[in-house]
Amino acid sequence: MSAWMDPILGQWNYYLVIALMMIGFYAVIARGNMVKKIVGLNIFQTSVFMLYISMGKVANGTAPILTGEPSTVYSNPLPHVLILTAIVVGVSTTAVGYALIIRIQESFGSIEDDDIIAMLDDEEAPAS
Amino acid sequence: MMQHLPILQVLLPLLAAPFAALLRGRELAWGLTFLTTGAAFLISIALFLEQRALGTTLVYELGNWAAPIGIVYVIDAASALVLPVISGIGFIATLAARQLVAAEIDRRDHGLFYAAWLLTIAGMLGQVTTGDAFNIFVFLEISSLSAYALVAMGSGRDRRALPAAFNYLILGTVGATFYVIGIGLLYMLTGTLNLADLAERLPQVEETRAAFTAMAFIALGLFLKMALFPLHFWLVPAYAHAPSAVTALMASTATKVSVYVLIRLIFGVFGIEFPGLVDGVGLLVLTLGIAGAFVGTLAAIVETDLKKLFAQSSIAQLGYMAIGIGAMSATGLAAAFLHLFNHALMKGALFLAIGMIAAQAGRATMGTLQGAGKQIPITMTAILFGGLALIGVPLTAGFISKVYLIRALLEQDFWLLAGLTFVSSALALAYVWKIIEAAWLRPRPEGAPELSETPSQYMPAWIMVIATLGFGIYATPLVDAAFAAAHVFIPATVGAP
Repeated sequence: MSAWMDPILGQWNYYLVIALMMIGFYAVIARGNMVKKIVGLNIFQTSVFMLYISMGKVANGTAPILTGEPSTVYSNPLPHVLILTAIVVGVSTTAVGYALIIRIQESFGSIEDDDIIAMLDDEEAPAS
Repeated sequence: MMQHLPILQVLLPLLAAPFAALLRGRELAWGLTFLTTGAAFLISIALFLEQRALGTTLVYELGNWAAPIGIVYVIDAASALVLPVISGIGFIATLAARQLVAAEIDRRDHGLFYAAWLLTIAGMLGQVTTGDAFNIFVFLEISSLSAYALVAMGSGRDRRALPAAFNYLILGTVGATFYVIGIGLLYMLTGTLNLADLAERLPQVEETRAAFTAMAFIALGLFLKMALFPLHFWLVPAYAHAPSAVTALMASTATKVSVYVLIRLIFGVFGIEFPGLVDGVGLLVLTLGIAGAFVGTLAAIVETDLKKLFAQSSIAQLGYMAIGIGAMSATGLAAAFLHLFNHALMKGALFLAIGMIAAQAGRATMGTLQGAGKQIPITMTAILFGGLALIGVPLTAGFISKVYLIRALLEQDFWLLAGLTFVSSALALAYVWKIIEAAWLRPRPEGAPELSETPSQYMPAWIMVIATLGFGIYATPLVDAAFAAAHVFIPATVGAP
């Protein structure tokens, strides 16, 4: 393997995370459909989960289950535990987001950002 | 018992929340919330007094696991100052919520409303007490998720609350995720999440690009959470369409907690010596702060809906806190803490008083206010005093924080910034005058809804007005506490005049 490839191949997990992060973030910003926004948000959060989980890997390390063998190298389990919490947070956020989308559909009849902004502008105009 | 106060501070509202959700009768749920927030307020005051008396940092080890292995709760001069702000505002807002919530929220939802209300308070208290970077994220999400639900509960009267809550959720989650990315990078560099431990180990890696990137992610995430201009677009609709009680609670506490976390991370972990902090983050925060102060004030001047008006003014006030942080000195930080404290009081008073009007008239606009000075003089006087404090008129608490803010800027020879701060504060006079003119100088139009007031309606707002005036006239203890808080992050010897 040539020397210039090392930083790329040695850190492939980070490139994957960054790519995923940008895909998710792009969907959050660019999509007008609220369900797609939540999906984007999920991809964005998942990329962070992967960042944490891949950082816990120790070269040649095994699963962190005590074997009694002093020479065993373990991977770091702490990031996994943290991400367990973050996954719970992510699921709750998604649930609250979808619950809001259902209510928005019920009262506005649309879940497109543009439609709702147009409706809100109409409501604002006579009131002020 | 006394030694367990730091954990009880967070645990009490957290555990009371599910019980509130189960209670069917609305009086019962309110009563439980009232008692819990009252107890939390007493605990905060006890912790504040204990910390001030001892002058040291109280550390509570969860499950007796010592740091850095276990999670610790840390009560130092800074967290001891911010805790009473949150629990105190929470308590007084609960007092007012009894009528506001009865008027604005469907009867069946009261139990759930108070459950979310307690959870958001517990989350904010947790963010302030904890000494663990990841724990901050968890509490941040506890308080944010329940805040999204609380904002959305305004949909019974105003369906615009729903898209407002949705946008708040998207931007809030993006902000929190940015924070987690930053913490992840820090963990990779140092192998620890304990804030004190992080601060110790960071200097060894502070020249790396990863450490700087971590700081950028954390700062950006918290800028979003504290609604620093130009990342403030979620705030105005969320505050304007939320139930009145929620607006009062969130406007005085939610963004303030993020300001506190920003200070804790930037100064407590990275430290003033961190390369690129003073020139990079400091300059950025200063610029955005002063821009926010002008944009918020100007937007407030042209606004006619009172909740939106004061939400815009919140953007400006958060700008002043950012200026205090950006000054990168002990005086600047003390000014930021002072303004955090004082602004919570004035905005709480304003939004509670406006909420009482909105609960009766449906909406609180300039039109609703016309001639209201004669019908509800006591409530309108509370709004007047709150407005004067926002401008920074002497004898109000707002004056004290502005004085220290301008002093901090002059210490560093930022003459232009000091001038701009003064001008933008004076501009606030325009929107306060607009309210005075509508309420006292105009007759009540024919057919306008009758407004009334009873002591139970204006008392909560007036408690905060009296506190604003009290801390404006006798400011010494508060100023001392704010400087003690600032010296946690920047020792007295560094940057002293």
